[in-house]
Amino acid sequence: MSVNKVVMDADGIDRSLTRIAYELLEKNKGIEDMVLVGIQTGGVFLAERLKKKISRIEGVEIPMGILDITLYRDDLRTSNKKPRLGKTDIPFSLDDKKVVLIDDVLFTGRTIRAAMDALIDFGRPKLIQLAVLIDRGHRELPIRADFVGKNLPSSLWEAVTVNLKEKSGRDEVTIEENV
Amino acid sequence: MRLTKKDLLGIKDLTVDEINLILDTAESFIEVSTREIKKVPTLRGKTIINLFMEPSTRTRTSFEIAGKRLSADTINISASTSSVVKGETLIDMARNLEAMNPDVIVIRHSASGAPHLLAKLLRQSIINAGDGAHEHPTQALLDMMTIRTKKGRIAGLKVSIVGDIAHSRVARSNIYGLTRMGAQVTVAGPATMLPRFIERMGVTVHHRIEDAIRGADIVMMLRIQTEREQQNIFPSLREYAKYFGLNRKNIRLAKDDVLVMHPGPINRGIEIAPDIADGPASVILEQVTNGVAVRMALLYLLTGGRT
Repeated sequence: MSVNKVVMDADGIDRSLTRIAYELLEKNKGIEDMVLVGIQTGGVFLAERLKKKISRIEGVEIPMGILDITLYRDDLRTSNKKPRLGKTDIPFSLDDKKVVLIDDVLFTGRTIRAAMDALIDFGRPKLIQLAVLIDRGHRELPIRADFVGKNLPSSLWEAVTVNLKEKSGRDEVTIEENV
Repeated sequence: MRLTKKDLLGIKDLTVDEINLILDTAESFIEVSTREIKKVPTLRGKTIINLFMEPSTRTRTSFEIAGKRLSADTINISASTSSVVKGETLIDMARNLEAMNPDVIVIRHSASGAPHLLAKLLRQSIINAGDGAHEHPTQALLDMMTIRTKKGRIAGLKVSIVGDIAHSRVARSNIYGLTRMGAQVTVAGPATMLPRFIERMGVTVHHRIEDAIRGADIVMMLRIQTEREQQNIFPSLREYAKYFGLNRKNIRLAKDDVLVMHPGPINRGIEIAPDIADGPASVILEQVTNGVAVRMALLYLLTGGRT
């Protein structure tokens, strides 16, 4: 039997994002040359929320793009199933930009590897930073996040789910535990 | 939802869900061709053979570009440079190509059913790039994609296909696809160019272009194969242009926001007046752009994965 345990509620998610927004501004000393890129699909909603928070703090809109990493996955050759291809929309140059890559859950790091390869095809960013809502560990590549909402130690067979209002109607992070 | 087929041989075999999956995937691929670096690593290490036994610039180039933008290695073989001129049969040639381990073979052939023969014979994925007067599935898919992008839907639209329906694989594939997707399809052409019992494919038949395009959302003009003038299926190109050509006068019968389509190559001033082909209603060049995306989608969906 499995049960879903809520590890982060709507207020918790919002407070984490607010903190990340301030950390982003602090570390980068403002918003100059900063662009946000959300990874499909959860990362896109989080990027939109961060963009709003930053514009509320700084009074300026920063550019935001959407990235689908499917075409850069390293398991296309081996898996039988073809993942459904989503939209990519980065309507600005990444040359010399500070790119903040945003995803909901950081797990093996393979998605981020694919995302970085994709970003390089769009230009030569000045730097790439990574912001995630949840870091659940179990990295298979030498990748770490610069901004983390919550570190969530988990075992490999537990399912961590980030539900966001934009898609599932409510904000919460759950971990499915087998009991 | 995924594409479980090994081959793409015709639209006739595709379900509504499969068509939608291909079109959705193709829409996502449009973006790759607008990048400065128009290449993604998805099909690295795959080999695609384009076997074109009939002349073609658009379709062959489109398949080649699609493969290259996905990082596959693409090899083109045309009839005149192949060992067919030495008398080799299609089957022998196909078996020899198979021995070199390609992943996909794209074939255009003047004989209907040639891709089906290869699909049965070879373990590779076969994509039909036009077989005789039978089917041209990738053309119909790019046409449906163009309609869907421009109109937001296919179901319920009135689509008129005008020209040599009998000899047109483009018409046949489009009729299968558009009727399956819920469009109302009308065909028109001289009686010699309309196959008997065509209405059994679920289309309405007219013998005057004016009747066919009245109230149409989409007018799809077919290329008149000028070499057929000698076969006496129409008296003269001038007369054909006069009675079945699309021009600024008869296009007024269609809806105000009508889209004009043509699979190319166009005969200016015969089936379509130059000012219509280049006019605001024409989406002929968008069809070509979408063609690359549709072929990228198919190569993506049909390759890879160990079975």
